[in-house]
Amino acid sequence: MHPILKLVVQRIALGLLLLLAVSAVIFLGVEALPGDTAQAILGQQATPEALANLREKMGLNQPPLTRYFQWLGGILTGDLGKALTNGADIATSIGQRLGNTLFLAGCAAVIAVPLAIILGLVAARYAGKWPDKVISGITLTTISLPEFVAAYFVIYIFTQAIPIFQPVAMVFPGMSFWAKLQAVALPVIVLVLVVLAHMMRMTRAAILNVMQSAYIETAELKGLSPMTVIWKHAFPNAIAPVVSVVMLNLAYLVVGVVVVEVVFGYNALGQYLVDHVTKRDLPVVQAVGLIFAAVYIFLNMAADIIGILANPRLRHPK
Amino acid sequence: MDDKHRQLDWMVAQAQAGRMTRREFVGRTTALGVSAGLASALFGKAARAEEPKKGGVIRLGMQGGESTNSLDPALAASEVPYQVNMTWGEMLCDVKPDGTIDPRIAEEISSSPDAKEWKFKIQKGVEYHNGATVTAEDVVATLKRHTDEKSQSGALGIVQGIADMKAEGDMVTLTLTAANADLPFLMADYHLMIQPGGGVDNPAAGIGAGPYAVVVNEPGVRHTFKKHANYFDSTIGHADEVEILVINDNTARTAALQSGQVHMINRVDPKIVELLKGVPGVQIKAVAGRGHYVFIMHCDKAPFDNNDLRMALKYAINRQEMVDKILGGLGSRGNDFPINAAYPLFEDKFEQREYDAAKAAEYYKKSGHDGSPIVLRTAPGAFPGAVDAANLFAASANAAGIPLQVQLEPDDGYWSNVWNVQPFCASYWGGRPVQDQMYSTAYLSTAEWNDTKFRNARFDELLLAARGELDEAKRKGMYTEMAQILRDEGGLILPMFNDFVSGVSDKIGGWEDDPNGELMNGRAQVRCWLNA
Repeated sequence: MHPILKLVVQRIALGLLLLLAVSAVIFLGVEALPGDTAQAILGQQATPEALANLREKMGLNQPPLTRYFQWLGGILTGDLGKALTNGADIATSIGQRLGNTLFLAGCAAVIAVPLAIILGLVAARYAGKWPDKVISGITLTTISLPEFVAAYFVIYIFTQAIPIFQPVAMVFPGMSFWAKLQAVALPVIVLVLVVLAHMMRMTRAAILNVMQSAYIETAELKGLSPMTVIWKHAFPNAIAPVVSVVMLNLAYLVVGVVVVEVVFGYNALGQYLVDHVTKRDLPVVQAVGLIFAAVYIFLNMAADIIGILANPRLRHPK
Repeated sequence: MDDKHRQLDWMVAQAQAGRMTRREFVGRTTALGVSAGLASALFGKAARAEEPKKGGVIRLGMQGGESTNSLDPALAASEVPYQVNMTWGEMLCDVKPDGTIDPRIAEEISSSPDAKEWKFKIQKGVEYHNGATVTAEDVVATLKRHTDEKSQSGALGIVQGIADMKAEGDMVTLTLTAANADLPFLMADYHLMIQPGGGVDNPAAGIGAGPYAVVVNEPGVRHTFKKHANYFDSTIGHADEVEILVINDNTARTAALQSGQVHMINRVDPKIVELLKGVPGVQIKAVAGRGHYVFIMHCDKAPFDNNDLRMALKYAINRQEMVDKILGGLGSRGNDFPINAAYPLFEDKFEQREYDAAKAAEYYKKSGHDGSPIVLRTAPGAFPGAVDAANLFAASANAAGIPLQVQLEPDDGYWSNVWNVQPFCASYWGGRPVQDQMYSTAYLSTAEWNDTKFRNARFDELLLAARGELDEAKRKGMYTEMAQILRDEGGLILPMFNDFVSGVSDKIGGWEDDPNGELMNGRAQVRCWLNA
């Protein structure tokens, strides 16, 4: 077997194993929460009889191990079950919201990733000079703002001062693509501001690191322009660290934006998860938790594999 | 005589503050024996003749919706499901802003002289959204469903008192286990939406006889409705469509109102009311209601089993400061019993309890408390500003030499682990349409939610006797005695009644202050119209 193929297969197998371990951790974590679903649903109305009835109806009386394997089996057959709280089919609810999550993350990524890399290249080219300082200063400022503060600024600027967008960013099936883009404009702006600095700084640092190498000096001595040196010679060798940071940020855009969702009333997975956590709706919490874990593991795996492929020593073994 | 004057003064003050509509004012002052002409003059403002306009889409932005919500009316517990149910559902009867009964599906309501047997005559030809007609059988099936504990209905406590239900022709007859003069008010409970076949087959179908039919139901996101063409009451339901957007974030909700994305919002943060008053196109409606914020002591647990200690704490709280700082002035002071002038049969003969450090210290000394810290538990979600309020309370109590200590609890699990469990904590009540219901829910010895563990034989006896008392004067006297007992012996510290604070666009016509609940008791989208 080609060593690269072997490495890739190993990574994938490891990823799946990790996912299984995560599923067990998620299940245990949810079990360890104080109170149970029945109590959370009934709240002030929890009388002992109502609690007993509800627990029986929801199958909460069964031992945890049984429930874990029932759940795992359900996932493998594509059946996530029904939400305990309102009886809605979980797969259907998640399907639509996952689409919204990916749409928002996708829009933000399409703008943020190229922008961050270009800004990183420019900053590296003018390292220590004013363009570098301006780029670093601005991006570090925006990353330092908590998301909800940035969101309130953006809401103020674009709905009150210059009223061109709407503060509530809900998207629905049946909306045109253009209308959807317009709806998510504000959260996308906030997310871009938040993830820009990390990727930009990493690109800049990785390139500057490579710039110390002898072969760059050779390229410069050949008389190539600084931008060509960076783009053609430095960047390909800096790809691995940049990709891993980009993937981390993509993962964040998918799983970590619940604050932005709440502020803009965006109907995606994060808010859905939080609502169900407070109601102790275990099947939903577990399903969404597993999806988030899968996204994380998949993106990190992708980063690893791209890193391997980008490394000539691994690509052309002796 | 005196209490009549006080009530009149209160109502005039409410009217001056813009918190009472003319209709409400005239209705309630005439109930006190004032002539209609005089009442009108007292109100002192010519009624603006406003004609309802038809059509358009009314949009509401609301806090209090979760993706776990269901259309099953039995399960409604937060603000958005309440508003949603009031849009598609219809009850036997409703409560008007002036506190009288508004017959809806029942066109006539009558009782036997002992208030034990009640007859509801079902209006003919009321249609559900699916085209079927509302029958007396549906009504009985609906009530039966709520009596089943498996339905987990929030109205279980209400329907449990019904011994027998019968449907004959267009007449529903309910026989109660004990007399209850307030039964129509109980039937106006928001869980008791009449559903086809009682909603037994599919409780969350969202099919009712209300003014709007459900189009989109995305819990925690949005709910949209279109006009029910054959709705029986042409005086309400003016817009073609209604949209309720769930916007839980305060800033986003306010911004949505300001930018015109929605026409009405609930739960305006008292802290920003002054700022919003200057915004063009937006009106703030602060409506005095029955909701109140409380600190509750368990009368059966040390050290709160000592009435002197309870009295010490009641004198150690600065109520005016709470109204000013926690409610931003949008509310009124409480007097340690859960009833105010927004209730029928209220008699305000009690002196306002004030902060009195000397008296508090005196009671504290008399209680013989050993000086160990008295722990008050609170959480941000106990009521808006609950943590600040507890700290204010501790500061004023400490100044009187009472070692009150605040313990912060997480919101998560507060209602299952702290409220009704720990002996002293912060909480809130939304109020009930009538005194009996409020007292029966939380102060009767045997009540499930007797969250002060208050057990007083005389109080219970009066409460049960008042239910069957059809003589209003006598009944009022009983309620006054009960208030007296609770105020001076109960475990309830009630510093403030909070207003419902909503934001309404200038484009909305027909707003009427309703003390029964937020956003015109859940009916703003149905009773208001859009001025194009």
